[in-house]
Amino acid sequence: MYKHELSSNLKTYNPKPQGCSSSSSAGRAAHLLIGGLVVQSLAAQSACLNEDLKEMLESNKESLKLEAMKRIVGLIAKGKSASELFPAVVKNVASKNIELKKLVYVYLVRYAEKQQDLALLSISTFQRALKDPNQFIRASALRVLSSIRVPIIVPIMMLAIKEAAADLSPYVRKTSAHAIQKLYSLDPDQKEQLIEVIEKLLKDKSTLVAGSVVMAFEEVCPDRIDLIHKNYRKLCNLLVDVEEWGQVVIISMLTRYARTQFTSPWTEVRGAEFDENKAFYDSDSEEKKDQTEAKPYIMDPDHRLLLRNTKPLLQSRNTAVVMAVAQLYWHLAPKHEVSIVTKSLVRLLRSHREVQYIVLQNIATMSIQRKGMFEPFIKSFYVRSTDATHIKTLKLEILTNLANEANISTILREFQTYVKSQDKAFAAATIQAIGRCATNISEVTDTCLNGLVLLLSNRDETVVAESIVVIKKLLQTQPTQHGDIIKHMAKLFDNVTVPMARASILWLMGEYCEKVPKIAPDVLRKMAKTFTAEEDIVKLQTVNLAAKLYLTNSKQTKLLTQYILNLGKYDQNYDIRDRTRFIRQLIVPNEKSGALSKYARRILLAPKPAPGLESAFKDRDRYQLGTLSHSLNLKATGYQELPDWPAVAPDQSVRNVEIVEPCPCVCTESGSESEEESSEDSEKTSSDSGKSSSGSEKSSSESESDQKKKKKTKKAPQKKSKPAGDRYTEIPAVCHNLKHCLFPQNDSKKPTFRTSGISLFYMSFQVTTSSFGPLKTYELLHHMTGKGLSAKYHFPRQPCLYQPSMVAVQVILTNSSDHALEEIHIGDQSPASLNIHCFNTIERLEPGASVTVSMGIDFSDSTQAANFQLCTKEDQFSVSIQPAVGELLMASTMTEQDFCKEQGKLQGMNEASATITMATANASRQAINKQVLSVANVGEVPSSQNNFSRFAGQTVSSRALVLVSLELSESSGALLTINTEKSVMASMLLQDLKQALAQA
Amino acid sequence: MIHSLFLINASGDIFLEKHWKSVVSRSVCDYFFEAQERATEPENVPPVIPTPHHYLISVLRHHIYFVAVIQSEVPPLFVIEFLHRVVDTFQDYFGVCTEAAIKDNVVVVYELLEEMLDNGFPLATESNILKELIKPPTILRTMVNTITGSTNVGEQLPTGQLSVVPWRRTGVKYTNNEAYFDVVEEIDAIIDKSGSTITAEIQGVIDACVKLTGMPDLTLSFMNPRLLDDVSFHPCVRFKRWEAERILSFIPPDGNFRLLSYHVSSQNLVAIPVYVKHNITFREGSSQGRFDLTLGPKQTMGKAVESVLVSSQLPRGVLNANLNPSQGTYTFDPVTKLLTWDVGKINPQKLPSLKGTMSLQAGASKPDENPTINIQFKIQQMAISGLKVNRLDMYGEKYKPFKGIKYMTKAGKFQICPYNTPFTGFSLTVLTNQIHVFR
Repeated sequence: MYKHELSSNLKTYNPKPQGCSSSSSAGRAAHLLIGGLVVQSLAAQSACLNEDLKEMLESNKESLKLEAMKRIVGLIAKGKSASELFPAVVKNVASKNIELKKLVYVYLVRYAEKQQDLALLSISTFQRALKDPNQFIRASALRVLSSIRVPIIVPIMMLAIKEAAADLSPYVRKTSAHAIQKLYSLDPDQKEQLIEVIEKLLKDKSTLVAGSVVMAFEEVCPDRIDLIHKNYRKLCNLLVDVEEWGQVVIISMLTRYARTQFTSPWTEVRGAEFDENKAFYDSDSEEKKDQTEAKPYIMDPDHRLLLRNTKPLLQSRNTAVVMAVAQLYWHLAPKHEVSIVTKSLVRLLRSHREVQYIVLQNIATMSIQRKGMFEPFIKSFYVRSTDATHIKTLKLEILTNLANEANISTILREFQTYVKSQDKAFAAATIQAIGRCATNISEVTDTCLNGLVLLLSNRDETVVAESIVVIKKLLQTQPTQHGDIIKHMAKLFDNVTVPMARASILWLMGEYCEKVPKIAPDVLRKMAKTFTAEEDIVKLQTVNLAAKLYLTNSKQTKLLTQYILNLGKYDQNYDIRDRTRFIRQLIVPNEKSGALSKYARRILLAPKPAPGLESAFKDRDRYQLGTLSHSLNLKATGYQELPDWPAVAPDQSVRNVEIVEPCPCVCTESGSESEEESSEDSEKTSSDSGKSSSGSEKSSSESESDQKKKKKTKKAPQKKSKPAGDRYTEIPAVCHNLKHCLFPQNDSKKPTFRTSGISLFYMSFQVTTSSFGPLKTYELLHHMTGKGLSAKYHFPRQPCLYQPSMVAVQVILTNSSDHALEEIHIGDQSPASLNIHCFNTIERLEPGASVTVSMGIDFSDSTQAANFQLCTKEDQFSVSIQPAVGELLMASTMTEQDFCKEQGKLQGMNEASATITMATANASRQAINKQVLSVANVGEVPSSQNNFSRFAGQTVSSRALVLVSLELSESSGALLTINTEKSVMASMLLQDLKQALAQA
Repeated sequence: MIHSLFLINASGDIFLEKHWKSVVSRSVCDYFFEAQERATEPENVPPVIPTPHHYLISVLRHHIYFVAVIQSEVPPLFVIEFLHRVVDTFQDYFGVCTEAAIKDNVVVVYELLEEMLDNGFPLATESNILKELIKPPTILRTMVNTITGSTNVGEQLPTGQLSVVPWRRTGVKYTNNEAYFDVVEEIDAIIDKSGSTITAEIQGVIDACVKLTGMPDLTLSFMNPRLLDDVSFHPCVRFKRWEAERILSFIPPDGNFRLLSYHVSSQNLVAIPVYVKHNITFREGSSQGRFDLTLGPKQTMGKAVESVLVSSQLPRGVLNANLNPSQGTYTFDPVTKLLTWDVGKINPQKLPSLKGTMSLQAGASKPDENPTINIQFKIQQMAISGLKVNRLDMYGEKYKPFKGIKYMTKAGKFQICPYNTPFTGFSLTVLTNQIHVFR
């Protein structure tokens, strides 16, 4: 419209009318000349600008397009509409230029909703990109595709999500977890299908995925707690390695989970120590009392696992994580353990203002129930003059909550300085806080009251007014002794001008008029004089006082009352007129008033309950700590109630997991059936795994002992205790590996902290961490030659942390001498080029003690021994590590197809094969696996043919593929083939395998 | 989770908006403006504001409000922490986080926000990963970009997101390998008029600037790790080794990062490095007040106290101040009543002082309170807690890095309160006397 108007206007000024679309500078200059049409011209200009942009987008030059997109993004950022450019922009979606493409994505996501038909044009590009070999391109395509909120493409999105959820790359799987939420918000009807995907992704072992999928779970199906059971222990163990945002989500989900699955740990401790909390938890204590008497409370090991694994996160730099752990401990931990979070919460108070605000709110709620937790840190809650007002008020709240007989004098002293604050709202809040301390702690009631009376002579009006209001409340609680204070207030009355304060004094006079029989009528007299000039609230209280005095002391005040009632009758405010009329009918007996006036005295002078001076945070504990609802004291949309503890714990065995993956030698028999395997079967597997994973048993020793305890003490039904044997077998599978990589020196018992369970990707084949091959230990240094120091080593078969090209070696150093050995370290190495990552110097090894350290050695894919010197403070011993060829490999997983494809590439020179005679004992597939894995660190490739066994690995240093295949023939003979470009290794490996398979 | 983000400047203009889900009209910010109006100071705007359909969570940094729009239950700290992370990232990228800088780099800002959140859930917040994805703008790069038309979006894919050490970029190369560590301690204290300490705490951080090639594995040990009472780590630090050996062992991120923040236990006596003698009096009935303030060093272990800045909020009744500093300059803002005195370095031989008179509003009664005094200062080459780094070792790489460590002490919230404790105006004895008056 503007355009039209403008061009018609232009005609009058410009002999050659120029349409806007021409966008020539002359034309634009002409527009600006038209003074009266500034608005139109501006609008037209933006239309012109858009035309400009369109032209730029349609040009052939990449740089022009990019420039145009940058300007468009600028428009979007300012909130200006750029939707009319949609067709021009969407054309560039397949651009080669990454930045241009990204900006087009930004645009597309912003406007696709409005231009659904046009948006569909871009879909095919994304579908193509979803098949790209590069994981990042796949991920970003899925990201944008799922962000386009166009309902028509729901089936396409669904398909893409399903595919991506099975992607090899954890990054793509993570993206698919995000996409689940987007699809769900677009079309909630897809819920069932999405839950299936979530279920699948929950099983994922990658730390990258865990946070995102739990987020999707919380969004889509937070009530399907049954999906968590099998993944509970895994999530607990992965937790420290998940990125920080995921940690927050997982922790809050696990808090809810734990509240449904475990029994309350609070029952036993209650009574003795935490009497003060009794009232609050009373409701559940009733039902559990008999239980507690029946048997002592034993914490479920899974419950303990959660508490133990979240504790290190208190040291996180992310405040949200710390808060999440704090609330978890608050809601789940036994009472005496909760206080470990205190220090960390107090630490958060040094963070930004907004963080302080939220943390203080939570502390305020906590401090009501558990004073002891924060009392040692009381000084951290002292108010500073630079704090924002809401921070000050919260600190005040906490100080008031923490006040007790012991510290009240310090707190009151602190309060006195606050009263002097220039921030009057804060000073007023302080006075209320003093009032609350006074009611809560009877020892100081008098002190406080008198202090408040002193404040009545303060020069600041708000302070005086607030004091009066608080004194009024305090006096109500114990009116008997305080006649003189009321008198004092009456004296002050003339000087007080704040309406609320005047009203409070009047109310006090009326309520206790019998205690000040001489003064009250006098005050009324004064009020009668100034009645018309008073504020409404004061007028109401004057009427009130008049009525009460009329009832108690009508002789003196009858006339005054009538005068005041007459004034009130003609007041401008209808409220006062109403009140006056009501009071008159009530107290002045006449024929119309009837029965009610008989009760006037009882109505007006009824004993009134004292107002409770309570914390504003009293009722906040109904919300889970750390939530938005708690912060607002208002149920936010989507808030999930924190369930109460169940009286009886649900079946614990639901959390038991079969070992499925990283253990070919153990799992072959259970692998296929493991999903539905019942407890009878699992017993067998568990005993099996117990044996073969002996190396990993160490790390689970603590959990093991937990179990033993549990077995002893708990008389659980037979069915439950049975599978207990394999309960923890999954944990070592994850954490054992990491532990030795990262914390070589301490024989840590707890699962590790801060590594990543992300599998490493090389050549798009997954390198699995390790298999539980039976560990072969080799002697490095005998204690006779080592003058008491003995050393053994083995290959833990994990990717080396120090450098990916190194082979991880674990050395167990034992001191069998009678004196302590000091400064054990690695000295000279040979050959000089050898790349060894030494362990850190061990300062001292006590007699009889032993320590496990880990080293990394880059053997460069050769079996040449690594020679080095093992030194103590006094001596040096030359030792050497000679790796078996099989240890220079890393297991990798691949599909049968991939295997055959790769094998096809490694023919001729790269192939070594031999016919071997197998020992009869090695006929079964399981036995073969065991033998092969004992020799070499390779991974089994699932095979569709029965007589074929295939294994794949890579050399550690140069990442050359090593493929082992074994074809069984009719008799005990077999054809062993090894394909690798490292032909020397092939022949050596062939020898080793031949030997291993031939012997029983 | 996070639905939209609005950036609002001090004058109340929304100058940037970004939506991660469907668009939320900017009229939602009206609720924020309402709250802003109610709050007297910019800092007093509540961080969480409920509106009928959304919840607004905001942080204020560099005079810009970052307002996130939330639609359903989410831990508020999650959002707050993220918003602060956004500000830190902007600061990291543009040097400053001002409205002008954001407007100038609006495309980079948008690209960053796009990478940092997916569907409202944080995706990449590590500075090392982001820098691989989107190169920070530098003058040189801007010029090259305009000439050649190349981009500031990284061609490489963010491999860091997949690695075992997600905080470190891969393939880092430097010709000079150096690692610098700054131990910075702040003293938070409230001191009463007589100079005795009411509360004092030491907060410390170790900021690092590590420019090392490859994948170095560092360990840092302290002479006196027992001092550290409560610590929080960068995710790279191996918690286990700290627990067991009190050694910081980590593979560092590339560039600047905060390795550790710590708290020195309050059981330890905190040495207060400066003292203040002040005497601020107003006489009843007179329109003059006297101001007398002297600073001096104490317990500084021979190190100079530098960059001293004294500020105080004088009572509202004060019209003007006519003061005479023995060194440095002072300013008094008659509108906000804020007195600041830039002292500079304290010379122990000649203590700096500020003396003079204040004129009061005619007829106004004597201000009933004395102002609190805030002090800022710096002391180089000293960590006031006595914390000392013992040694830094590097494993995993062969070169010899240059290692540097620097100590510094600063005043945090260092406040001198105007009263003596116990404060006589309210003490118990006076109270009981008062009671007698009533009777």
